[in-house]
Amino acid sequence: MTGHVFHPGHQELHGVTIVLETRGSRTYVGRFHSQDERGVELHDVGVHDALAGGTTKEEFLRRCNRFGIRPEHRDLLVPLDDVASIRRLVDAIG
Amino acid sequence: MPYPPALVAPMREEMTRMGARELTSAAEVDATLGDQKGTMLVFVNSVCGCAAGNARPALHFALQHGVRPQQVVTVFAGQDVEATARARQYFAEYQPSSPSIALLRDGEVVHFVHRHQIEGRAPQDVAADLKAAFDRHFAVAV
Repeated sequence: MTGHVFHPGHQELHGVTIVLETRGSRTYVGRFHSQDERGVELHDVGVHDALAGGTTKEEFLRRCNRFGIRPEHRDLLVPLDDVASIRRLVDAIG
Repeated sequence: MPYPPALVAPMREEMTRMGARELTSAAEVDATLGDQKGTMLVFVNSVCGCAAGNARPALHFALQHGVRPQQVVTVFAGQDVEATARARQYFAEYQPSSPSIALLRDGEVVHFVHRHQIEGRAPQDVAADLKAAFDRHFAVAV
């Protein structure tokens, strides 16, 4: 990875709150820890599942941005095959 | 486990130098935030070298603005655990993060800056957002 390093000595997004969209129905919001061949590791992760009904993904992200992230997982490893995209939360909010 | 006091002392001093009053116990928090009148900024300080390392200079810049809160107080997450937990009860609608910044007017949170809104941004950019929030919420109509 190149560009601005938020935490020196770590990957570019280390410590940054990101939105990870999966290839399935789930979207995760949490602090990026690392990415390797096992997948993407996140901390303090909130979850939106489009199949669960309730709020839309966009509304979930807006609430995360305004009120913060209500973590459902302290630590979470998302397999690389399941990762569709990664963006900073602040960039994901229109 | 809290970091050694000597390590965090400069981070505390950075805040007190800009006029912030440290709240280190739940009693101090209640005495300050309970029945709060006027305008106040509460900074949840943090040892995070990058996010808090940007937030403190951002506050310094923002507090030079013509419109500013009447009081500036700070609690230190991970250090003054009891005080931080109590302070967060006063803005319980917002999920805990550190560093973070709450702007209060007569006891009501009128603006909140989360850690994710500080991460990776230049202090001047965070300060610009804070100044806009000061203008929006703290300016006195004439």
